[in-house]
Amino acid sequence: MKLKSLLAALFSIAAVSAAQADINVGVVLSATGPAASLGIPEKNTFALMPTTVAGQKINYIVLDDASDTTTAVKNTRKLISEDKVDVIIGSTITPNSLAMIDVVAEAETPMISMAASARIVDPMDAKRAWVFKTPQNDVQMSTAIVEHMTNGNVKTVGFIGFSDAYGEGWWQEFSKIAELRKIKVVASERYNRTDTSVTGQVLKLMSANPDAILIAGSGTPAALPQKTLKEKGYKGKIYQTHGVANNDFLRVGGKDVEGTLLPAGPVLVAAQLPDSNPIKKVALDYISKYEAAYGAGSVSTFGAHAWDAGLLLQNAIPAALKKAQPGTKEFRKALRDALEGTKDVIGAHGVFTMSPMDHLGLDQRARVMVRIENGKWVLQK
Amino acid sequence: MDLQIALLLGQDGVVNGAIYALLALALVLVFAVTRVIFIPQGEFVAYGALTLVSVQAGKVPGTLWLLLGAGLVVAAIDIALALRVGNRRRLPAIVGWNLVLPGAVAGALYGLDLAQLPMALQVVLALAVVVPLGPMVYRLAYQPLAEASVLVLLIISVAVHFALVGLGLFFFGAEGSRTPAFSDASFQLGTLNVNGQTLWVLGASFALIVALYAFFGRTLYGKALRATAINRVGARLMGISTTLAGKLSFALAALIGAFSGILIAPITTVYYDTGFLVGLKGFVGAIIGGLVSYPLAAAGALLVGLLESFSSFWASAFKEVIVFTLIIPVLLWRSLTSHHVEEEE
Repeated sequence: MKLKSLLAALFSIAAVSAAQADINVGVVLSATGPAASLGIPEKNTFALMPTTVAGQKINYIVLDDASDTTTAVKNTRKLISEDKVDVIIGSTITPNSLAMIDVVAEAETPMISMAASARIVDPMDAKRAWVFKTPQNDVQMSTAIVEHMTNGNVKTVGFIGFSDAYGEGWWQEFSKIAELRKIKVVASERYNRTDTSVTGQVLKLMSANPDAILIAGSGTPAALPQKTLKEKGYKGKIYQTHGVANNDFLRVGGKDVEGTLLPAGPVLVAAQLPDSNPIKKVALDYISKYEAAYGAGSVSTFGAHAWDAGLLLQNAIPAALKKAQPGTKEFRKALRDALEGTKDVIGAHGVFTMSPMDHLGLDQRARVMVRIENGKWVLQK
Repeated sequence: MDLQIALLLGQDGVVNGAIYALLALALVLVFAVTRVIFIPQGEFVAYGALTLVSVQAGKVPGTLWLLLGAGLVVAAIDIALALRVGNRRRLPAIVGWNLVLPGAVAGALYGLDLAQLPMALQVVLALAVVVPLGPMVYRLAYQPLAEASVLVLLIISVAVHFALVGLGLFFFGAEGSRTPAFSDASFQLGTLNVNGQTLWVLGASFALIVALYAFFGRTLYGKALRATAINRVGARLMGISTTLAGKLSFALAALIGAFSGILIAPITTVYYDTGFLVGLKGFVGAIIGGLVSYPLAAAGALLVGLLESFSSFWASAFKEVIVFTLIIPVLLWRSLTSHHVEEEE
């Protein structure tokens, strides 16, 4: 008996001394440039993540890609070749994440993206086998909006979105689903994040007289069409996307965004979730950690995508450690397999269960409908 | 499209055009006097608006630190230079403009209950923080290379632009802000609903243009600027300091920029990087004026505003393409009608 425990102790010492290499996590995010309002809370979130998992020290190496695709790719190459990272988390936005896929697949390094588009993990192929993501797909969110519209007896819809990948992605998903559900899209307009006026587009939308208008923008720039709509006297329902789910949108929008409907990750209204919902605890834990560090009311849903990426990683690392040492090709492979085997990991945005064909793994629990009432996000049952 | 929509679009276009016109005038002014294509013009728009936002929120704006820091550096350099040539008489002016003035602004910002001040005072305070940055930027970035070629000055402009945008992100954060309108009044003009802020923008732009006209036509400093613009060497021989002319034109450009920012902040959400695109559209207007003619630049800027407004109605996805494509026929026309003058190096 004594001998056995001694042997076990010796083995564990051997294991520890052999496992001296730290786990290096390379992070690429957009802390400056147009996507800064998404990237900054993500960056803040990495500072809150545990620095040891399963007794193994973890180093987070965070690089900013300035919302620029070329820089994102350059940073990814640097992290892989110079810092010898075991896994990449990033980037914040879809174009950057798509461009990074080739690089991580070539270096056989797993990557967890924090960007929204379904194209990052779909269609699944040999390259995307290395890629995972945490935010909900646009299609999940579009379905939620269209469902809400049909229930609310909306027959005609006007669409106005960013003239970039975000707006186009929404337009494709939304117009497809709306057509299936017999909702007529009567006008489709575009505007730029940096526009100072959208009067032309809004007048055109209003001349089509739709029952509801969907604004596909992210962050505070999405408030501009809505303010103009109110100013010009639009009376119908206004839907926004989950891209606006931060407090700055409420601040800038003021009373003009009252009554807005939007789909969002449950973390946005964590305190209002029923106690039976497993996500509530994780989401509240994240919120309290974030606000303790950065001040009350500072939390946003975007940072929670980074938190979820961290949770997936913390879940996968112990399994991968059993198979190989950090810093090796085998470890990266094991980590990828462990990520793919993710089962019932509860994050702040939903419950992740992955499979070889599904590298997102979120289900319907990952989205709720929210209404803005008295300057607050209110969960719609 | 009916008349009502056309009128609304026209109104929107004129309001935006008025802002572009102001920036176009500032760009023409700076280029004429210093040969600098002033890309950072737009940053002063954002700085002006966001500094006012901070003041109204009762917070000390981050731009104050930039002002104090830049003032300190300028003072250190100028005092060292003045002492080396033994010119002690310049010291009071250097200390006054670069240390005492920013210090006084800082004192006012810390001493007063910012959020409770009347709006006019808040605007004055915001301008007092941002406008002195203009001459300081000139002193630090452009003056040492004032005789360099237009291309070198343009490259400096790009560098200054990136530095100021980065600082803007640091001071104000990534999210945008708005300020309350100057007045909530709105008027019914036939079928057209005109709100007070629109009139404010148009009135203030017009007043500023008239003031500039009077400044250049009636005052000694204005005439000195014009003389420098027409012939640098000649002006210098007549005892006009080109350095002073440069600083003065940058101060005016900063004033126009910051004031434009304060005018548009109630109409639209202003971000740390909003200024660049607004400035670029002013630049298109200035190009239409060939970077020399004030009236043509203002007319060009109005055209940009109207074109933008109507194209956003007809083809919103291609709005920017249409606006910036305007520059091509204009350049063609200009290169055909004016004969090319080799730049003296």
